[in-house]
Amino acid sequence: MSEPAVLKRTPLNAVHRQSGARMVDFGGWDMPVQYSGVMDEHHTVRRAAGLFDVSHMGEIEIRGVEALDLVSYATTNAPARLKTGQAQYSGLLYEHGGFVDDILVHKVAGDHYFLCVNASNQEKDYEHIRSINRWQAEVEFASPRYAQIAVQGPCALQTLQPLTPVALAPIRYYHFTDGEVSGAAARIARTGYTGEDGFEIYVAPDQAPRIWAALLDAGAGFGIKPCGLGARNTLRLEASMALYGHEIDASITPLEADLAWIVKFDKGDFLGRDALVKQQEAGPRRKLIGFQMRGRGIGRDGYEVRIDDAPAGWVTSGGPSPTLNQNIGLCYLPVEHAQIGKTIHIVVRNQPVEAVTVPTPFYKRAK
Amino acid sequence: MYPDNFRYTKEHEWVMVDGDTGTIGITDHAQSELGDIVYIDMPKAGTIVEKGKTLGSVESVKAVSDVYAPVSGEVIEVNQKLAGGPELLNQDPHGAAWLVKIRLSTPDEVGQLLTAGEYQEYLGAQD
Repeated sequence: MSEPAVLKRTPLNAVHRQSGARMVDFGGWDMPVQYSGVMDEHHTVRRAAGLFDVSHMGEIEIRGVEALDLVSYATTNAPARLKTGQAQYSGLLYEHGGFVDDILVHKVAGDHYFLCVNASNQEKDYEHIRSINRWQAEVEFASPRYAQIAVQGPCALQTLQPLTPVALAPIRYYHFTDGEVSGAAARIARTGYTGEDGFEIYVAPDQAPRIWAALLDAGAGFGIKPCGLGARNTLRLEASMALYGHEIDASITPLEADLAWIVKFDKGDFLGRDALVKQQEAGPRRKLIGFQMRGRGIGRDGYEVRIDDAPAGWVTSGGPSPTLNQNIGLCYLPVEHAQIGKTIHIVVRNQPVEAVTVPTPFYKRAK
Repeated sequence: MYPDNFRYTKEHEWVMVDGDTGTIGITDHAQSELGDIVYIDMPKAGTIVEKGKTLGSVESVKAVSDVYAPVSGEVIEVNQKLAGGPELLNQDPHGAAWLVKIRLSTPDEVGQLLTAGEYQEYLGAQD
């Protein structure tokens, strides 16, 4: 057997360990899976505010007079439609239409785009974008220069506001501003992965422990709590946000993954476009759909879905929904079965358990 | 933390023997590792179980985990309190949240299990 690889650590690793967080190996990163408990952290984010270390996420910066050409060719959404200070959810695809990754594209300036990408895909994404770059654009692997802290929940704005001179209320959802947090340069984005209002703050790694502590102090009156990846997953599942390696991967296209809205066919050429056009014409053969368990059991990732006693698909993510107090999940089904209200069975430890397909997202916050 | 009158397995189950009856549960360490517990599946009374084989499963928000029988015998009682409130297993794993009672078929097996001291030593070596 080979020696276990040394886990990568975020700048907040020591803080998590000192605070008694339960740590796990998450795709090669030593990350907190929970602090006070998944249920408690989940409810705290829905009712007040939670603090997440997401410094494992990767950053790629693209600069140059033709930066937009490269970003537009590399991604499925339309970065040309972004205003400076605006962000966009998008897909990086292979030529065959499958996902390299799902990403956030931020327009910093006309000649500067900032990409936030998944932790375990960051090196792959960087190599991929570099390999297709034929423009006057420079691609930088910027992850080492950034830590990322997410403050999420209805009290997120009130928590963060005292720490920054930037007026947060005018920053609209999926917009960002460069400013300061606790005196340190920060990119403050009104984005998140929880289905709640909140901010994702990009700072220099050496500033992260100080800012983490300042946010916990500032949110103490609201009952803010540090949260782990466990709650991050139950929150994003309720909000039906895709997770790479589960809902999407190299074998899945955006049209199958209920992400047709991030594909802008009319923007000009992009990598994967031809494959998607073909799939669109023929019609995708499978689709992602939500389900709710009716029987006793939880449909977990990878479990088989059966319809009329025959294998029909698989669960991509599943678990208890703390907010709805139901067992929910997402699965792929053949298009002819992918309708709301369909009775399906999920094979839970060799037992078919009844479930029904339901609309997504499972949870939507009140505006 | 770990009662001296219990015996333990490296898979984090415990058994408390009283005459020919063994009360079985999972350890505080196990419930803590699992996190918020949402389902418990145990066999019905009358089921014959074998030491080291799957007894049932415990499911938390995060994952499913098998529970192994620490001793062989016949299930004579299943803790009904857990059906309606699986979170009890997080709160009182060594007490009210026992899982099943078994009539031991091979009482000698108990001697092979870890004592409280040995189990705690084993946990210490894991960190």
